[in-house]
Amino acid sequence: MNPDIFVVVEHLRGQVSDISYVMLAAARVLANATKGKVIAVLLGHDVEALSSDLAADRVMYMEHSAFADFSSDAYQRALEGLLREQMPRAVLFGDTTIGGDVAAWLSTHLALPLVSACRIVRADGGAIKFVSQICGGKMMAEGDLPGPTALVLMVPGGFKPEQGHTAQPPELARVSAPALDDLRVTVKDYVEPAVGDVDIAKEGILVSVGRGIQNQDNVELAEELAKALGGVVSGSRPVIDQNWLPQTRLVGKSGKAVKPKMYLALGISGAPEHVEAIGNAEMIVAINTDPAAPIFNLAKYGAQIDILDLMPVLTEKVQQAKG
Amino acid sequence: MNLVVPIKMVPDLVEELVIDASGTKLDPDALRLKLNELDEHAIEQAILLKEKVAGQVTVVAPDVEGIEDALFTAAAKGADRLIKLTGNWQNGANNHALARVFANFIKTLRPELILTGVQAHNDLDGAVGPQLAEHLGMPYVGYVSGVAVSDSQVQIRKEFPGGLIAEMDVLLPAVLGIQAAEKPPRYVPISKVRATMKTAKIETFPAMELETAGAPTTIRLFQPETGVRATMLEGDADAVATRLVEIFKESGVL
Repeated sequence: MNPDIFVVVEHLRGQVSDISYVMLAAARVLANATKGKVIAVLLGHDVEALSSDLAADRVMYMEHSAFADFSSDAYQRALEGLLREQMPRAVLFGDTTIGGDVAAWLSTHLALPLVSACRIVRADGGAIKFVSQICGGKMMAEGDLPGPTALVLMVPGGFKPEQGHTAQPPELARVSAPALDDLRVTVKDYVEPAVGDVDIAKEGILVSVGRGIQNQDNVELAEELAKALGGVVSGSRPVIDQNWLPQTRLVGKSGKAVKPKMYLALGISGAPEHVEAIGNAEMIVAINTDPAAPIFNLAKYGAQIDILDLMPVLTEKVQQAKG
Repeated sequence: MNLVVPIKMVPDLVEELVIDASGTKLDPDALRLKLNELDEHAIEQAILLKEKVAGQVTVVAPDVEGIEDALFTAAAKGADRLIKLTGNWQNGANNHALARVFANFIKTLRPELILTGVQAHNDLDGAVGPQLAEHLGMPYVGYVSGVAVSDSQVQIRKEFPGGLIAEMDVLLPAVLGIQAAEKPPRYVPISKVRATMKTAKIETFPAMELETAGAPTTIRLFQPETGVRATMLEGDADAVATRLVEIFKESGVL
């Protein structure tokens, strides 16, 4: 059995994403347990710049112009052969817009077990345990990592990305890419993120609203509160999907990561996709009627009341305090 | 265009989640199920496409509690054909089993485009969409928030972190994992759903035997242990607001 741990490195437009380093940190824990190596798998075009700070024992890379952008079809075909041949103890992917398009396909295609939403992996005697975060962050599921080869989709939060960086460039090993003609999935163009009137990533005070805002008219209450505090309004996915706030105000996985001095989470439950983007806030205050909302596990202060009752009163008191 | 939307029901997170005596799963008796929210977006996107290019929308679901409401609601919104698959769903089914069941049935429908929610909050063994695509030999793209059809392909918008969108071409037939429909899922009043119940018909087909291989086994299900939990501010809105103003002052926000 191959004791190595593979990490499928995620990168887009010349930038390795943070989750890759999180996975390398997790892979090191696993490789120590299996007495194997950490192998970073890099599918790219011009890979040397991408691989220089990956904390891996070896980087196996394939170069092909089809990897200049992310095509699920190209990734599936390239990894299928490599994994079939190597069958390492575990293959880590990001539970992201990239890994999510690839790992479950491979699981079916190669008949390999798959664990998704995995936050923690650790050695436990002879076994390897996984802990996945499900039900919007309200539940954790723990079990043995299936063998002999398991695919794992990792979410951030369990390992520090800093531990996946190295100053010593890893050894590179080139692997030939398979034929990638007639791809059924191709990137034509990119649409750059919309530039809004404000950049929520740079704001010091965010009044952020979630499903608890209930309807578009109530967003005005949050606007007034934000104005009184000298901040701006942002929101979680359900609010943006309803078009109650523009896309530029989205805090979360496919929106912006924010780092305000004060993050006021109003009617936001704290699903993992949201939480991963607010980890660098200096202080989080959460208001939610659901006492089991995961946001309370992250906030410094919380209150279990209706935001619609709170917002007008709070706006008034803030205005009074400012005189 | 022949559009197929496989959907699934998931625990309603608004309800309190109770772990059963085995400690490995949620207590089914204490659970209320609702349609996976992203499947709702997939239904909406399919109906939007039907309105643009004409076609038929077929919604397929496992026959579990609450599914009839979900299917009739889809019909009230514009879905043409409703199908529930009967089988041994009572102990739950992982996504590997579900994808096999869907693939086995959906291939008989000869779809041109399959739309499904990109994920569900209770996925522990990957999403259904990419597995379904593999079974059917179709390409898959997930995290899609816009779809247009032309000839033998679709142009899609795929979301990347930070608000970046990739515009991609995907050859048909294909499976797409929907993150968000181009417009918010339409609202239909209960009265319209009730009226639809009288006219629409749900077809029933047997699901193939569940094959669960490919998913991990949960040994322990638990609520996240947290070192620190928020200091809870007590009282009514007025009391909480007063305390918050103090906190804003202490932290230099005011």
